Amino acid sequence: MNNGKKELDAEGLVKYFKDEFKTKINSAEIKKRQTGSKKKEFVNIWMKIDKSIFKDVIKHLCEYQFPHLAVVSCSDLGKTIELIYHFSVNFGVRLNEISLNIAVEIPKSKPEIETICDYVPGALITEREKQEMMGVKIIGIPDTRRLFLPDDFPENVYPWRKDEKGMEKMIRNLHEVKK
Amino acid sequence: MTEKKQTTKTTYQLPIGPIHPALKEPVMFEFEIDGERIIDVDVQLGHVHRAIEWTGMRRNPIQIIYLAERICGICSFVHPFAFVRAVENACEIEVPERADYLRVVHGELERICSHMLWAGVAAHEVGFDSVLFLTWEMREKVLDLTEYLTGNRVTKAILTIGGIRRDITKDHIPKIKETMDYLKNNFEKLRKIYLDDKTFKLRSQDCGILTYEDALKLCAVGPTTRASGVKKDVRVDQAYAAYSDLDIDYITPDVLTGEVNGDVYDRIIVRLLEVKQSIDLIEQAIDKMPAGDLVSEPKIPKLLNYIKKTAGEGIGRDEAPRGEVIHYVKFDGEHEEPYTWKVRASTYNNILPWIPMLKGEQIADIPIVAASTDPCMSCTNRVAVVDKNKKYELDKEQLHQLSVKKTLGLMK
Repeated sequence: MNNGKKELDAEGLVKYFKDEFKTKINSAEIKKRQTGSKKKEFVNIWMKIDKSIFKDVIKHLCEYQFPHLAVVSCSDLGKTIELIYHFSVNFGVRLNEISLNIAVEIPKSKPEIETICDYVPGALITEREKQEMMGVKIIGIPDTRRLFLPDDFPENVYPWRKDEKGMEKMIRNLHEVKK
Repeated sequence: MTEKKQTTKTTYQLPIGPIHPALKEPVMFEFEIDGERIIDVDVQLGHVHRAIEWTGMRRNPIQIIYLAERICGICSFVHPFAFVRAVENACEIEVPERADYLRVVHGELERICSHMLWAGVAAHEVGFDSVLFLTWEMREKVLDLTEYLTGNRVTKAILTIGGIRRDITKDHIPKIKETMDYLKNNFEKLRKIYLDDKTFKLRSQDCGILTYEDALKLCAVGPTTRASGVKKDVRVDQAYAAYSDLDIDYITPDVLTGEVNGDVYDRIIVRLLEVKQSIDLIEQAIDKMPAGDLVSEPKIPKLLNYIKKTAGEGIGRDEAPRGEVIHYVKFDGEHEEPYTWKVRASTYNNILPWIPMLKGEQIADIPIVAASTDPCMSCTNRVAVVDKNKKYELDKEQLHQLSVKKTLGLMK
């Protein structure tokens, strides 16, 4: 599923995105680490992007090559929520893989992001998890149900939040939620 | 009394789980059935959600290693491995070369145990219980070796941040050689049963098919995706531990048969060949292992203090027996405990591929198809069949009997 494009190395891949989105790519860092006796390298790219271009970045990535989405991780950063999409590209050839981590910050006042299920159908499970655990609204998600949390879990409590919507209050007053 | 029965065709719902024999942990399937055929599947999770990530965010990284080990009893090496690699990447902690090799040995031992366990379960699912005992007898030898090397059969407590806790010395080598020879000598027997036996072929060929496109699009991992022809194996794709020094290649079913069907049979081929590959990798690692330290920083308070002062984020990916495992950690530079810890086990990505696999199959195929991805979830006790008006239940034994009956029917 290479879409006929030439395989790029880490620097090339960063350039591929920077050429298209210019300053909307807030930062891009290439981290290389060595391992074993032969000191072979593995490459991680950490890229922070603006929310406005998020869907276009995913589209642009799929145009380069169909990526493997490992998972979406997220952190509560106080005023914002950071979502990191951990992709990997260039797999299938020995020691050629690049881990591409695309981070996007969304404001807590309006925690919304578009779904990527239309490009990467395998993202459904992880997007459903983000909805219930972090309270991020995924716009256009094909399946809005909860994934891990039971149906009688209280509304508006999101276990991964570090603010008043987190679990701290709930676990101290379990009688209130009749658990 | 002999009134003619109405023959209007309606589909009905068949919930399986949350407790089921093909699964080692609870998960809930809801099938839409037309006669014997599966029309649609829905999967529900969360019955064993233990809030491990939440707990971990309140502990220090050394404590998390032992918590991560308890995520899964079968993957008790790869989870802490992914976690320590994430911390090593986030805080730029070096790992000595010898530890890289030792990590390969333990990782591959775990893969052999897991694939053998799976092979036994698969045999049981189709009603071939003598093979279950044969494979588990072989697996027992590997568990004995694991106990000999680490002190434990299951939770090995062998990893630490920046290295490994126990060495493999010269005294250990004969026992390792002996076990590997035993496995090699008995491998042919296993291969013959699983790949040449007529019954196995009848039950597994053209059953539970996952196409190449679906495997890629649904982000399947591990033997499940490789059996569909997607070349994806973290050990080969990326340089980690000592795998980049060793001779290793992707195992897809065409290596043996020359074609890729993506059915249950292909998943059996991939796992069996991987057992052989693991034996080879252990032997290579033992041969090439350099001398040197086991850990880069043996003083744990010093290490924890360093991590506490370092702000950073990192991911650790490795190839578990079931596929890629990824852990993400983020440290804020003020606290000892991670700011964020995200765990993604391999079965998480292999849930969606179940849907295309199961669609169009028969009820009696559910156990073997569901088991063919080697789900890390759990053990079924009963299945309730809900018809429009009446509700009756099939327990674990009855469902298993259905599967056995199908095997016997095929053999006639």
